[in-house]
Amino acid sequence: MPSSLLWAVDVHGRVYSLSTVGQQWELCRDAHLEFKRVTAAQQCCWGIGCDNSIYLNVHASDVPVRYKEESYENQRWNPVDGFSERLLPSDRWQWSDVTGLQHQPLDGFQLPSSSWEWEGDWYVDENFEGEPTEKGGWTYAVDFPATYTKDKKWNSCVRRRRWLRYRRYQAMDSWAKIPSQQTTLPDPFSDISCGGWEVSEEPRGRLSLWAVSLQGKVWYREGIQHHSPEGSVWEEVPLPGEVVQISCGPGDLLWAVLWEGQLIVREGIGRDCPKGTSWTVVDSPSPDVGAIHVSVGVNVVWAVTKDNKVWFRRGVNSHNPCGSGWISMVGEMIMVNVGLNDQVWGISCEDRAVSFRQGVTSSELSGKTWKIISLPRDGERSHSSASSHQSAGCFFSGEARGQSVVSDVESDTEKGATSDNPEPFSASVDQTFDPPKSRIPKVTSDSFISELVSDREPSKNIRDVTPAVLEEEEFTAPSAGGATPSPLDPQWSNVDLEEAQVQQPQPGPALESSDTCSLSSVATYTLALEDSYVADERPLWAWMSGGGCNVDSHSQISWFNCSINTSTLVQSVQSMTLSVTPAQTAAWRRQILEQLGERSKREMDNFKHYEQAVEQSVWVKKGSMQWWRDWKPNKWVDVQFALEQFSGPEGHKDGILFVYYNFYEEKKYLHAFINEITILVPVLNEAKHTFAIYTPQRTQQRWPIRLAAATELEMHDWLALLSVSCCDSRGIQGPPSKQAIWSITCKGDIFVSEPSPALEATPYPTPCDQMYWRQVGGHLRLVECNNTGVVWGIGYDHTAWVYTGGYGGGFFQGLSSSTDNIYTQTDVKNVYIYENQRWNPVTGYTSRGLPTDRYMWSDASGLHERTKTSTKPPSPQWTWVSDWAVDYGVSEGTDREGWQYAADFPASYHGYKTMKDFVRRRRWVRKCKLTTTGPWQEVPPIALSDVTILSCSAEGSVDVVPLWAISNKGDVLCRLGVTALTPAGTSWLHVGTDQAFKSISIGSTSQVWAIAKDGSAFYRGSVSAQRPAGDCWYHIPSPAKQKLKQVSVGLTSVYAVDENENLWYRQRVTPSYPQGSSWEHISNNVRKVSVGPLDQVWIIADKVQGSQGLSRGTVCHRLGVQTVTPKGQSWDYGIGGGWDHITVRGNSMEPTRLPSLTSTPIPALWSPLLDINAEANSSAT
Amino acid sequence: MADDKDVLRDVWFGRIPTCFTLNQDEATEREAEPYYLLLPRVSYLTLVTDKVKKHFLKVMKAEDVGEMWFEYEGTPLKWHNPIGVLFDLHAFNTVLPWSITVHFKNFPDRDLLHCLSNTVVEAHFMSSIKEADALKHKSQVINDMQKKDHKQLWMGLQNDKFDQFWAMNRKLMEYPTEEEGFRYIPFRIYQTMSDRPFIQKLFRPVSPEGKVHTLGTLLKEMYPVALPNDGEQKLYQVVIHGIEPLLETPVQWLSEHLSHPDNFLHICIIPVPTE
Repeated sequence: MPSSLLWAVDVHGRVYSLSTVGQQWELCRDAHLEFKRVTAAQQCCWGIGCDNSIYLNVHASDVPVRYKEESYENQRWNPVDGFSERLLPSDRWQWSDVTGLQHQPLDGFQLPSSSWEWEGDWYVDENFEGEPTEKGGWTYAVDFPATYTKDKKWNSCVRRRRWLRYRRYQAMDSWAKIPSQQTTLPDPFSDISCGGWEVSEEPRGRLSLWAVSLQGKVWYREGIQHHSPEGSVWEEVPLPGEVVQISCGPGDLLWAVLWEGQLIVREGIGRDCPKGTSWTVVDSPSPDVGAIHVSVGVNVVWAVTKDNKVWFRRGVNSHNPCGSGWISMVGEMIMVNVGLNDQVWGISCEDRAVSFRQGVTSSELSGKTWKIISLPRDGERSHSSASSHQSAGCFFSGEARGQSVVSDVESDTEKGATSDNPEPFSASVDQTFDPPKSRIPKVTSDSFISELVSDREPSKNIRDVTPAVLEEEEFTAPSAGGATPSPLDPQWSNVDLEEAQVQQPQPGPALESSDTCSLSSVATYTLALEDSYVADERPLWAWMSGGGCNVDSHSQISWFNCSINTSTLVQSVQSMTLSVTPAQTAAWRRQILEQLGERSKREMDNFKHYEQAVEQSVWVKKGSMQWWRDWKPNKWVDVQFALEQFSGPEGHKDGILFVYYNFYEEKKYLHAFINEITILVPVLNEAKHTFAIYTPQRTQQRWPIRLAAATELEMHDWLALLSVSCCDSRGIQGPPSKQAIWSITCKGDIFVSEPSPALEATPYPTPCDQMYWRQVGGHLRLVECNNTGVVWGIGYDHTAWVYTGGYGGGFFQGLSSSTDNIYTQTDVKNVYIYENQRWNPVTGYTSRGLPTDRYMWSDASGLHERTKTSTKPPSPQWTWVSDWAVDYGVSEGTDREGWQYAADFPASYHGYKTMKDFVRRRRWVRKCKLTTTGPWQEVPPIALSDVTILSCSAEGSVDVVPLWAISNKGDVLCRLGVTALTPAGTSWLHVGTDQAFKSISIGSTSQVWAIAKDGSAFYRGSVSAQRPAGDCWYHIPSPAKQKLKQVSVGLTSVYAVDENENLWYRQRVTPSYPQGSSWEHISNNVRKVSVGPLDQVWIIADKVQGSQGLSRGTVCHRLGVQTVTPKGQSWDYGIGGGWDHITVRGNSMEPTRLPSLTSTPIPALWSPLLDINAEANSSAT
Repeated sequence: MADDKDVLRDVWFGRIPTCFTLNQDEATEREAEPYYLLLPRVSYLTLVTDKVKKHFLKVMKAEDVGEMWFEYEGTPLKWHNPIGVLFDLHAFNTVLPWSITVHFKNFPDRDLLHCLSNTVVEAHFMSSIKEADALKHKSQVINDMQKKDHKQLWMGLQNDKFDQFWAMNRKLMEYPTEEEGFRYIPFRIYQTMSDRPFIQKLFRPVSPEGKVHTLGTLLKEMYPVALPNDGEQKLYQVVIHGIEPLLETPVQWLSEHLSHPDNFLHICIIPVPTE
């Protein structure tokens, strides 16, 4: 799990963050800003400054937040000028949006705020639906609005072109002020809470941001998106009362606390309505004491009452956001905050320390105990905080204050701060405090706390603080707040509407302490007495937010154990060993290994002729299983299963597998020699724990031995044992080699095969059905490698993983797994089912279909029934982590309820109803999660959809390995700092494109090819070691009427696969013209292609027929690929079906050649001349 | 880089070349040839000496044959200690092969337990494992295992099947993530100089303050004499599996990797040989 941040504000208004891997609180940059409250999400943090402005801190990411502005230039032809900007009066604007309805001159585009910058100037888009246009980018039509084409025809009377300009959010990692809307916001905000990112499937960035104003109104920030992190406007949300505090969970929970101490719950929050529809009132946990604070997560609500008691709400979920009852919890807190995964933090009442609730799990949401996070703050070590406290405790002359505030923060700026007073609010604070008031030390530098002060030293104090501006601006309680009881009146006396941006004491809490019962959590802080406060060096926290802090009950957080053992313990989960990384290199360990070696030499070397006391014997392991019987009707039958192991002639262990079954009352068996087995592969089966055993013969038949074990554990024990036996018999151990071929099944299991030089030998390569595949722990959707041992994978949830160099993991535990380099890996996947309905004239659409119809709840094909209750996760390894929800993200679009319409089943669906539609369907989605272990470590934070790594040509051992990737949003990325020793690299470099991409591949001489979402190809120019990201994209049209989906580039060959499963070879690619000339069709029936560093071609074929069965998703090898015939001749069929991915990009092993057959010497280096000859040859044949 | 599994393998496949000679006093029909054998360090004498017995019975009359027992330089060898422990304790610095005298009469009842069949060894072995697990996991792991799992541990030892044994023993060597090691380390400290069979006490792998306990801390608490004083010459060797690990080796690691199959860490304290 990547590190993430916990945010907190201390009583001085300083914002600190604590990393989940850190051991100290880091003071936030922009230290001159002081904050009242913060609310965090994973990608950003919002805060209310002491100047009452809202600030946003977007965490820097390797992929910038950018937004494409576009405008169309429209022209009409006339006989005099040809095409000109002179349009007819009835025509659209000369500069317009795509519809032509909106006038959009280029100079009318403004940056939304000072946090944005333009990336460059306007330019013309010369790509039209995947095809390059003529220079100038014009597209032509008969008239507006009509169908545009890129070719000018005789009747083209109008033309238009698209201008593009990108703007980029540049205020990353700093607090950027959100421009205020003076007109609509009469009073400043007092509370803020963000959440709601799980409400819709939209990519990370969408947020619901809620704020409470001092008058108790609630506001919702519209339009916060990935490409608009600031949102657009505040919308007021009607309320049944006046709110003091609000909390928005990651999902659809939203609770708020009313002045009177009750709570209100927002109902109706959903994908279409993130603001919700109505409020429901929930009583305070305690009848006498009102609530002052609430915080919500996905399925939990925690509250604090005025007596600082903490309460947990039972039975809360998205169907019942109000829950069912309160449970009193131990501990006294001034606030609690629920973060990600429903984890809970609190600030204790007694000592203002941040505590973490331990033991919160999905089954025990209320957790077990509070544990204090006592960690130092940065800067505490560097200079004496005692001295600064001292000065703070003394006198509040201007100088002393400057000292006290600034010296804690950054002593360097101290002088500047006091002399220049750059910040109006810091300058205006408490300069006029006279010494007697110093009994509230330092606090006055914090407007937030000065609120508290204000009631003790009634309003005179306030006036002192902000002289001149305030006195004339007093404000009486607005009658609008009808619910406000009259004792509350004094609160308004200090509100200064005009000067809200100036350091301004907040009136809310001011009234409370006069009232003694505090309504705001803030006010419950009774100021510590001077001496204890001064003496105390611990931070006193005022507010915190865990909304961006991704921990759960399993994560090891470094906050609580400061001993060096932390990292050790994390990994010892695996099995046996405290001796992980640090221990591996420890002197004691080396010494033990050395001594054991010496001991063996001493005690055994001279005595090898002695007889062994224990003879090696045959070891038999037996068990019961089910077997998918060979004869028809095929079905699962109970069998006895046995593995007999013995030592082979050369000391290799070997064995035989037996399956004993009954054939019409007759006892029979089938067997397989362990050394013939080519793979043991778990099979996707939602009910049974199934695996298949292949031998070369069974691969040809497409009919493996299919077995099912009674339990998952039993299957894993067998697989681990059989796998060890197979590896032993072949003498394979340890991690995969750098040359290894990696592949992935549709189940997400990862397999490697060690290539031999004979694998690519010409003309007689090793048949690929003889390749031995062994499993590596982990779960991936895609894996890519190069020949220096850099291996990356991408999970179903698009998480990027890097191979750690270990082996084993998953069910390979103990001896068949390395002890270090194994980590926890999770993956999340969506399961879809379809709800189908038919229209009838009486009742409209109902779930009653025709007798001939598909199931009313079905899979995508409609052939299999899939109801919500009967549908299981894909295999027993997966567990549900969400409930069924309507999926609106279907490519053809849906209506508001998620329905798609069609004339009949099965047909093409569309997202709106027409007269001709008689059936409709909608897709339901449910997430499931898998947790396993393997030699993989996450590469946060960017989710990927494709990755490619450069394979160095024969001798080239470059240090930095070029690695390119496509993010799941379609951004092209280039990884920096990847080497064989640091395969994870350091950071991403974003490479701009005009559209989203989906596939990328880098060839051995740094040729980068990519496929865009529109199905066309792009070649990246000038990529070299000096310019790792190249300079520009060359657009390469796709084969006629085909949309490409994947590309792979070898040493010289470029292959691509289109959406109709055709394999294409790029012709006439030469170093001087690397884009090549045209696409040549090689084969159909291809799902994926991988071209190796020696131009070897491997694919995943869609269908392969064997003698007994058909396999879909089969590994195939192109035969006859040579320098002179790069397109090869035919396919050799390997392991399958059920394979989804293969990469041979690590195999740079020179193939063995039979000398007699290679009489013509083949030049080691490729020359363009040769290539032309090759082309000539192939076209001649 | 070598793996910790190599340690397990080296420990398992440790062999002691042994020369068995028949006691002079035994009545034989003809002279008995000595018998040479590689004994597994981790096994038990009576479990691996069937061949020895067969060899000597060939030269003896059936009526003269009592229960077989072994002696080294006058000391009866306790079969219930692992072979490696017996060797390290009594014959560590001697010339190989290890020369053991075989007896068939005058069984020393005061010194040795009777062992008339392998089931006795099995019972002893399993009870050691259970005791060790009681210390390590409050017996939770061993109790969760099935009868056949127990059998697999025993058969692994009996047939010298490393994989078979470790496939199961692995589970006994795990501990919960939230812990820093076993509850207590099952260990036994042997010395030649004392009548006490061994020292065995409760000892945690990590101190209450979170400090990792090492072999040095263990000895300091259990048998401080074994540790060399500053500046003085080393008087004792601390031997485990025929090697002398550094005193800073963590006991948790030792327990996981250098325990015998009975799951105990057997530590021998022997005097440094005087040249």
